[in-house]
Amino acid sequence: MEPLKTLTSHTLVLTQANIDTDQIIPARFLTTTETTGLGAKAFYDWRYEADGSPRPEAVLNRIDPAAHRILVAGDNFGCGSSREHAPWALHDYGFRAVVSTSIADIFTSNALKNGLLPVVVDQATWDDLVAHPEQAVTIDLEANELRRGNHAPVPFAVEPFARQCLLDGVDTLGWLLNHTPAIEAFEHARTTEIA
Amino acid sequence: MTSARTLYEKVWSRHVVVAETEATPGVMYVDLHLVHEVTSPQAFTEIEARGRTVRRPDRTFATLDHSTPTLPAVDGERPYVTAEARSQVERLEANCARHGIDLAGWGSPDRGVVHVMGPELGLTQPGMTVVCGDSHTATHGAFGALAFGIGTSEVGHVLATQCLLQRRSRTMRVTVDGTLAPGVSGKDVALAVIAELGFGGGTGFVIEYAGQAVRSLDMEGRMTLCNMSIEAGARAGMIAPDAVTIDWLRGRKHVPHGAAYEALATEWLALASDAGAVFDQEIVLDGSAIRPMATWGTTPDAGAPIGSPVPQPRSDSDRKALAYMGFEAGGTTTTQAVDVVFIGSCTNGRLPDLRAAAEVLRGRKVDPRVRMLVVPGSEAVRRDAEAEGLHHVFTEAGAEWRIPGCSMCIAMNGDVVGPGQLAVSTSNRNFEGRQGKGARTILASPATAAASAIAGVLTDPRVYLGEVVDA
Ligand code: SF4
Repeated sequence: MEPLKTLTSHTLVLTQANIDTDQIIPARFLTTTETTGLGAKAFYDWRYEADGSPRPEAVLNRIDPAAHRILVAGDNFGCGSSREHAPWALHDYGFRAVVSTSIADIFTSNALKNGLLPVVVDQATWDDLVAHPEQAVTIDLEANELRRGNHAPVPFAVEPFARQCLLDGVDTLGWLLNHTPAIEAFEHARTTEIA
Repeated sequence: MTSARTLYEKVWSRHVVVAETEATPGVMYVDLHLVHEVTSPQAFTEIEARGRTVRRPDRTFATLDHSTPTLPAVDGERPYVTAEARSQVERLEANCARHGIDLAGWGSPDRGVVHVMGPELGLTQPGMTVVCGDSHTATHGAFGALAFGIGTSEVGHVLATQCLLQRRSRTMRVTVDGTLAPGVSGKDVALAVIAELGFGGGTGFVIEYAGQAVRSLDMEGRMTLCNMSIEAGARAGMIAPDAVTIDWLRGRKHVPHGAAYEALATEWLALASDAGAVFDQEIVLDGSAIRPMATWGTTPDAGAPIGSPVPQPRSDSDRKALAYMGFEAGGTTTTQAVDVVFIGSCTNGRLPDLRAAAEVLRGRKVDPRVRMLVVPGSEAVRRDAEAEGLHHVFTEAGAEWRIPGCSMCIAMNGDVVGPGQLAVSTSNRNFEGRQGKGARTILASPATAAASAIAGVLTDPRVYLGEVVDA
């Protein structure tokens, strides 16, 4: 996983609330056995007609993803299924952070494991971000704050362990594997308890 | 300071391998890991790339359900929707064979939708921790297990270590008091609870369902209720084990038998939340006021009693949902022609669900303009239903009787609702496009789905059950 410390980029704003994982990546694309290449399928049904032709009015077809790393989206973003394909698709499309007033639990946990930072902000900040799409925003994970223009920095919270992993660019499996002796002891204690 | 503990706290504390600190989450042991073809291939790839094996294949069980065809094989050929769907299934078969994991695959009498299969085989037991790469894992909480959905990275964590990194959740008790009216099912209770909590209202919580109306549900109804916890944002839903739980599990394939079972049952009863246990939030609903429910929008919380007017939109999202569904605020959802009726899924694909639908359909016909699909949740459900002749009731009424799988719930196996078509579905999600691009979904109970198939419009099942319709 790439480390993520500070990110400055233009925002892309999708104001709709409850953007669920079926919108982020429709289920029919879940037959893949890879984690890569899903950016082309991100928000597919918003971006393409039934015959596969791109919708020119779809904002996601018009922007340069490399210049829009920050997605600002409506409340309860990422609700729905546990599919990790959702953060895979968003990351592969080009996003590195999602800002909303609330973000679903499982999506948050999946996103953090894939270099996509979920940032929850208050309503006033969100309203301002939405009122000024395309503005340059800095998301500073080391300082845990979001900065833009001459506004006061807005603090945000990230689960401390996931934050450290993201800052260091390491995944959590290695850390969990280091606990193997404790896991063995737990299993052993249980077997004797049952016997 | 009280020592009274909730059901959640009792189950959680028994599975803490390493306690959490401010800087690090806890390590939680997983008793049962259920695996299916869609969210597992990348996890196997990941652990193999690290030279790891599956730590506890004996605690890991797999099935084929999401991308599997529900039409039988012809000349030995399964009608997969795409070559990719076939290769995903073959990947799971190979992964299970390589790692010594029990797979309820093609031809297995145990195969079924993952959350139907686990309880049915007695793999799911009270007090366990159960995880699966699927957000409806909360279903298993009906047995007093702590069960929740995980992402594919975490599937890899559990394969390699049998553990997950977790922090203790906040708890919410949802008490549904009173006696449910005739014709009101677990699905109606679930839709009423979600409408009350709101789509994100359970975020960050583990819900415990309690109260007389919840107790009065059979295990299948309790599973339906817990299944939909995620539709209020909660990761898990739980119900304390009682005599209903214990009777239901007795004699199942993976539970001990005889005295050993009865001893275990005594332990299970002790899992119930202690009197005086404190929850972070409490919600109380009057169960006797719940009526057959259906959704009008594109989120599962947009539900209302059938026949009540469509509510006024409170946000742009509501307006967008109404436009997508083709319903008008103040209007009705019961006059628009229904194109498709789907009965099945891990929410409502169990035997009592099929019985409830058959009771409505018996001796009646599906409106010829409606396509009705009945998909049993597992091979066991299919066998039992066929032994009772339920499949004849469905086919004679004009419905299709399929082989088990997720089917139109997620619409990734080729069973889809067409663009613009209106479906009444017993599944759990009415998101835009969930049942196919442009498909419009009304969520409802099996009895409601069957009644709607007959009438050709969304219909309160009590019309056909000889009950007074007072909505
Ligand atoms: S039936 Fe639907 S909700 Fe249940 S496991 Fe299958 S796809 Fe998921």
